Amino acid sequence: MLFTSYRFIFLLIILFITYYLIPKKYQWILLLIVSYLFYSLAGIKSLVYIMATTVSTYIISWKLNVLQTRQTDYLKQHKQELSREERKSYKAMMKGKQRKWLVLCLLFNFGILAVLKYTNFTFDNINSVLDLLNTDRKLPVLGLVLPLGISFYTFQTMGYIIDVYREKYSYEKNIFRLALFVSFFPQLVQGPISRFDDLKETLFEKHPYIAENISFGLQRILWGFFKKLVVADRMLIAVNTIVRNPDEFQGIYVVLGIFFYAITLYADFTGGIDIAIGIAQVLGIRLKENFERPYFSKSTTEYWRRWHITLGTWFKDYMFYPISVSKSMLNLSKKCRAKFGDEVGKRIPVYIASIVVWFTTGIWHGAAWNFIVWGLLNCLVILVSQELTPLYTKFHERFHVGHTFWYRLFQVGRTFWLMGLIRILDCYRDVGTTFRMYGTIITKMNIGELFNGGFMKLGLMLSDYMVLMVSVILLLIVSLLQRKGSVRRQLARKPLMIRYATYFIIFLAILIFGAYGVGYDSGQFIYSQF
Amino acid sequence: MIRKILINISVITLAIIILALLQELFMPKYMSSIHEGNLVEEYYDEVKEHDVIFIGDCEVFSNVSPITLWENYGITSYIRGSAQQLIWQSYYLLEETLNYEKPKAVVFNVLSMKYNEPQKEAYNRLTLDGMKLSKSKISAVKASMMEDEQLITYLFPILRYHSRWNELSGEDFKYLFDKDKLSHNGYLMRIDVKPVNVIPKGRKLADYSFGDNSYDYLDKMTKLCKENDIELILIKSPSVYPYWYEEWDEQMVNYAKENNLTYINFLDEAEEIGIDYSKDTYDGGLHLNLSGAEKFTDYFGSILSNEFHLPDHREDARLKEIWDKKITFYYSMEEHQRSELEKYGYLKSYGAQAQEKEDER
Repeated sequence: MLFTSYRFIFLLIILFITYYLIPKKYQWILLLIVSYLFYSLAGIKSLVYIMATTVSTYIISWKLNVLQTRQTDYLKQHKQELSREERKSYKAMMKGKQRKWLVLCLLFNFGILAVLKYTNFTFDNINSVLDLLNTDRKLPVLGLVLPLGISFYTFQTMGYIIDVYREKYSYEKNIFRLALFVSFFPQLVQGPISRFDDLKETLFEKHPYIAENISFGLQRILWGFFKKLVVADRMLIAVNTIVRNPDEFQGIYVVLGIFFYAITLYADFTGGIDIAIGIAQVLGIRLKENFERPYFSKSTTEYWRRWHITLGTWFKDYMFYPISVSKSMLNLSKKCRAKFGDEVGKRIPVYIASIVVWFTTGIWHGAAWNFIVWGLLNCLVILVSQELTPLYTKFHERFHVGHTFWYRLFQVGRTFWLMGLIRILDCYRDVGTTFRMYGTIITKMNIGELFNGGFMKLGLMLSDYMVLMVSVILLLIVSLLQRKGSVRRQLARKPLMIRYATYFIIFLAILIFGAYGVGYDSGQFIYSQF
Repeated sequence: MIRKILINISVITLAIIILALLQELFMPKYMSSIHEGNLVEEYYDEVKEHDVIFIGDCEVFSNVSPITLWENYGITSYIRGSAQQLIWQSYYLLEETLNYEKPKAVVFNVLSMKYNEPQKEAYNRLTLDGMKLSKSKISAVKASMMEDEQLITYLFPILRYHSRWNELSGEDFKYLFDKDKLSHNGYLMRIDVKPVNVIPKGRKLADYSFGDNSYDYLDKMTKLCKENDIELILIKSPSVYPYWYEEWDEQMVNYAKENNLTYINFLDEAEEIGIDYSKDTYDGGLHLNLSGAEKFTDYFGSILSNEFHLPDHREDARLKEIWDKKITFYYSMEEHQRSELEKYGYLKSYGAQAQEKEDER
């Protein structure tokens, strides 16, 4: 069910009213029922997968807890008898047992994700190899349907089981509470990817009616709808026209496509997150922020700290660090230090972990080479930037430009375009086409064409461009205001009539200028397909 | 506290007023073209006292002239028809009409029996947007919606028409609060002529049976009329297009026999009526023009008067006063159309060009 569908809005209204009318101790149960209802409306068969993940994670977290309790009890009981070495070896033995259960859980759940998401991609690649070998045998394309939000809830749940394994917190004893953590509907479509210790209190506690939560939550939902319906879905028309007709739209159109897609994806993804966080806030639940004005970043590393924050931190905590400080990696680093020197040796674990993380990030976004290349290009840019940092520092010191406004603006622009250039890989049908289009930016000089009716070929009218221009300026102003703190708090200090007028104008803008209904193909959020 | 409540109430009221105004503004006005879009809503301004209610598609609103029926037989009538009005829309419009008045006879043109499923959102809108909110309207919408349509967009049409923001014209503002009357008791007048060039042959169909859905609604219509002691008359109005198959006709004959109804196929009686397809149609045989409609109405009027004994009200002073005004409007429009034809060679203000484009499609 689309966040932007009438049915969803109707469901929300009913939920908001019921939520504050029922006894507070049942609020989380209502959320669980609604989350499963929401999920079942996206496809009743998908329920099997989310339930399998929930049950398997519950059983294994319980098993981990049993082993951890047994270890604690044993060590307590035999405190006097065991030597330090014996205690250490006992702990290692128990950790090994726990690891087996953890691996089983990870294999099972990532296995579901892998089979559903990557089987056809793998078969497709094998078939390409078979083609090269001139064999007639082909692997079939399977009719696998990717359940809604599987990439998000699998990562969230696996983060939980790893934390339980690491004894960061104890397992959740109530399977229904765990089920709500896994399936909480606002974050199911496209995140944010929550951590159990962040969410458990706010999710299960009793929530009294607090007017500020309702007001701020609704404002955020409204703002999310504005971004999605007025900006993203309208601009997507032009993006699709450009990327689906690569033979027609080249050169300056590719640049335009990069710019438009940057805005589209930002408005779409942050809009969806605003709606998710807003819904949670109305319910009194706090979700993690997923963005921090990413297009104001001055470097790619900073950009990735501010874009899709919860995915980035997930990879950092559950993949990058475990790989880079693993025993085998430390051994490798040691060997490399001995052979190539300290400078190279210390970089090896970081490089390998980075490549693995970015490869996985790429393929997490989609089972296609575009996404793999997208991930690896990001990795390349980040590693090269890191290597060039001393050079940049020298340059800044020599020319005293590091802190000037114009230089920072240059850095912001450079990061925006660099990321945009890589991001457009999402859109073209394959890697080859994307690189061909990169080439046309240099080889095809057709700026004049753009101002000679070119804009009007992209499926938008002049009036659409006007709406987009005003909306994007508004997004920019709001982002600038956010630097001083919550815009909703700033607005709350204004006179009542100004506040009401602001809400109503945004509502009207969505109602009138929203790209929904007949004539528009208002679709799923882009990230919900990842 | 009270001040805050009052402010909130005022703000909500103001917001509702603005939204209602915007909704009216964005609704298509159908004043300069596609006049059919206004037919359904014009009924609500009527004095609802009619002997006959005609229901059906363009074959009633183009082919039957209630003014002729009044002038020649003193029968009061109204046409509740619109473009490609499907049978379930006809049924619910009839159901709604019976909440306002109890006619002596209902005439249903059976062409729409051939459509067993919703066809096109645009045609749904022409019929349903004009209906006042009622249980009948909701049922009609539910029965008519295409797969990608939503009930809420019929209840709050701004959700459908919001994208007209960049095509609003002077017409939208001019007719924001009040629209000119365009029909004559549901009859859409056209005096221009486009003769029939080709007599079509029916394409062979795999199955000639009318669908279950169509029969269900015809059954409902029959039941509704019987319950209200109304004579239901089934007709097939004279036209050259769309082709009316023998097999379809047979099914209607049988249905009428089984349900003790009258069914008249006027296609067979075109000659007797006096219809000359080189003069009496404005679009090559799909619809009759004024001349054809008056001939057909006069012929059908004598049946209604003689066989169904519908009363002559021409001596009723109160009704006469009402109908005199209608007659004046009728002839003034005819005159206006004649002057437009002379001046431009086509009916500029009556959607003639729009019709041409639609035909080309």
